[in-house]
Amino acid sequence: MPTHQHQLQHLYLRAGFGIAPQDLVAGLKMPLQEHVERLFAESQVISPLSLLKDNELKLIKILLAGQEGRSEMVAEALNRGRELNLLWLNRMATNTATLREKMTLFWHGHFATRTFNAFFAQLQNNLIREKALSKFGDLLLSVSKDAAMLQFLNNQQNRKGSPNENFARELMELFTLGRGNYTESDVKEAARAFTGWGFNQQGEFVFRRFFHDADEKIFMGKSGNWGGEDIIRMILEKRETAWFITQKIYRHFVNEKIDTEIISELAKHFYESEYDIAKLMKKMFTADWFYAPHNIGCRIKAPVEYITMFRRQFGMQFEPEHALLFLQKLLGQILFYPPNVAGWAEGQNWIDSSTLMIRTLMPFATWREIELPVEPKEEGDVNTAFLAQRGFRKLKATANWQPLLTLAGNGSERDMLEKLASYLLQTELSDANQRLILQNTPRHSREAAVQFISLALASLPEYQLC
Amino acid sequence: MASRREFIHQSSLAVVGTMLAPAFLKVFEKNLLQPDDKILVVIQLSGGNDGLNTVVPFRNDIYYSKRQNIAIAAGEALKISDELALNPAMEKFRRLYDEGWVSIVNSVGYPNPDRSHFRSMDIWHTASHANEYLNTGWLGRYLDAQCTDTCHAYRAIEIDDTLSLVLKGAKLKGLALQDPQKFYQAVHSPIYESIARFGKPADPTNEHIAYLYKTIAETSSSADYIYQKTKVSSSYAEYPNSQLARRLKTVAELIQSGVQTRVYYLSLSGFDTHVRQIPQQNRLLSEYSEAIYAFVQHLRTIGKHQQVAILTFSEFGRRVAQNASNGTDHGAANCVFLIGTQLKKSGIVNAAPDLSDLDDGDLKHRIDFRSIYANLVENWLQADPTAVLGRRFEPLSLL
Repeated sequence: MPTHQHQLQHLYLRAGFGIAPQDLVAGLKMPLQEHVERLFAESQVISPLSLLKDNELKLIKILLAGQEGRSEMVAEALNRGRELNLLWLNRMATNTATLREKMTLFWHGHFATRTFNAFFAQLQNNLIREKALSKFGDLLLSVSKDAAMLQFLNNQQNRKGSPNENFARELMELFTLGRGNYTESDVKEAARAFTGWGFNQQGEFVFRRFFHDADEKIFMGKSGNWGGEDIIRMILEKRETAWFITQKIYRHFVNEKIDTEIISELAKHFYESEYDIAKLMKKMFTADWFYAPHNIGCRIKAPVEYITMFRRQFGMQFEPEHALLFLQKLLGQILFYPPNVAGWAEGQNWIDSSTLMIRTLMPFATWREIELPVEPKEEGDVNTAFLAQRGFRKLKATANWQPLLTLAGNGSERDMLEKLASYLLQTELSDANQRLILQNTPRHSREAAVQFISLALASLPEYQLC
Repeated sequence: MASRREFIHQSSLAVVGTMLAPAFLKVFEKNLLQPDDKILVVIQLSGGNDGLNTVVPFRNDIYYSKRQNIAIAAGEALKISDELALNPAMEKFRRLYDEGWVSIVNSVGYPNPDRSHFRSMDIWHTASHANEYLNTGWLGRYLDAQCTDTCHAYRAIEIDDTLSLVLKGAKLKGLALQDPQKFYQAVHSPIYESIARFGKPADPTNEHIAYLYKTIAETSSSADYIYQKTKVSSSYAEYPNSQLARRLKTVAELIQSGVQTRVYYLSLSGFDTHVRQIPQQNRLLSEYSEAIYAFVQHLRTIGKHQQVAILTFSEFGRRVAQNASNGTDHGAANCVFLIGTQLKKSGIVNAAPDLSDLDDGDLKHRIDFRSIYANLVENWLQADPTAVLGRRFEPLSLL
């Protein structure tokens, strides 16, 4: 059976980005149930990202800028994009509304969108954050009316007489029902219902009545003069939507191997609660099965989780922070740059010879200020070229060692190793790995020993799991 | 507090000896590439190469009228037929063409083309439909298909530091390495080597942990194997000084060493020519052409040229009309090159693109890129194209 400590860490790793070492001792005195309550209470706070006050890429500005001015605007927009990326990444590493940030990240991958316009990206991110724990229907409707989404899935071009099906298709295939639960004709009819949904230069939703097809449509066997809201309502009436979202949440937060019985029960509950996301999450985090051994330490950390958990556990500050963009790129997950509308492929998809080497070398590289022996690939897209800048290769970071020193205690090296391993790893450490670390642990000072042991643990394959 | 370097040096991690695992190497020796095993080299031109200024329709009035400032003059282009000519920067490539080593396929693309770089590259990597999202690449699925009892990541190598989706299969993923020596040094960095040699999972039945340890062990043994095989570097020195040339030299040396790799993957980036296209594209096409030429000569010198075919593609072509910045924006169908000695039909394989029949200003595709993949999988890599591509495509008879 997992120890209380591992269960507590499990909760914080899955519902957030891990518990900080300085919070562990006090945390252990509190039952899990209270921690769940605390996570929800702390996430009541909704603080939006507020880097940009306005759309800096207004059409009129672009038109008036001239050739050189436009190049400058592009460069500026790219800068904004990376500032926004780092702002959110830092938020995850430091914020106390950790469950809300974790949910925001999950929905960010679910409603995967790319936009060159950082203001639109910020708008979408903030609306996802605001509704991340609300009713799924509210979240879905807001995202469907969001500028970045409308732009990304071409709904701005969806007009009466020449419908664009992109949004309608992904809405059903990826955002709600999943394949096999709708027909091609449903896609066509839904696309007609969303005609006229667009956005203005401020990134606000605009219903362009003139482009809307107000005629009768037959959706899921029902005929009516449906609009977009009707389609979304009818999609939510289908129990398949509850199942689809529940299994995705389960695979992300619990175990990628699904348990049909548990998911059926959760999905039923989710449906009957009118898609209350907070209730669903709480039901999961308070269930006994959530803390069962086979659900602990079975998730391969996504790169953003990996980076953030490492920062929280080591109190790690990166300088310059651009190294964090470089790491995201090398490890295969860049915030605001999902690979496509289906979002990031998880699990073993994260791991190949190259990404695992980077994860293995990264902990000591931050400590020794050495360059990782790798360069990111240029993709040929001017918009992402900045992510491959070579100057970011050197990882310079400062850890806050005191909490880990306290946690390690004053016992023997083996004792310190056991304590640190229990904290940093969610699975058992083999005798071979214990020997490997102890044989190499420097003996001249306790600090050096704790630093070495912690970083060595973070370099292990076991550390890739949470 | 200990200085950073101090404890690394003091720890024996820093002085672990070179890993020479004779047992490993013996197993590998048995698996040397057979003389009739074919090798596929893929060169990806990233950013969307402008096909119309690469293979120039120098007799076409529409071409000149839509590209007033950036059309290649008929007098400068390197003529290869009554209608088509190569970009003047491709002198060396033209020599290969004249020797009958090149097939040019025009108007290659897919239905409902996507004009975003990442999405269109995704489609070329995964061989999916435009509205379908796959997590595995076509060459990764080739890896899966050929992996029956012994599976080795190094059967497909990307000459780069990170691995592209194209080489990721469901069971097996290819290997990414920039050059064998650097790769060798990386796996012999103290912490990586220690884990590879001595690390063990507590619970080997944990599927993910087993996968992680296996990946480290295999990366490590592959790096050693490749390094040992290629240590005696070839004396062939006729390569130009460019990144692509260095990478192709690495490929030639790997081929020469007998390493059992069937697929090599390389990228050349910078083709996103929205602004002042001519100098940029010409520089890149010259880099490409010179590097390929040197590579082919190298293969000839070592007698491996008949075993190798080289595919070159880009994620999309560019619009027929130029833009206001003397560049071109994202388009659709494009030309594809296949280079080798075993071509069914060398030269220009199909009709030049029809500039009078456009799809919203872009070339229409006449050939689905997956029919080229199907041919390569079936006749060159000797695998089942339907299994690898997920559905049947009528193979285009190229090899």
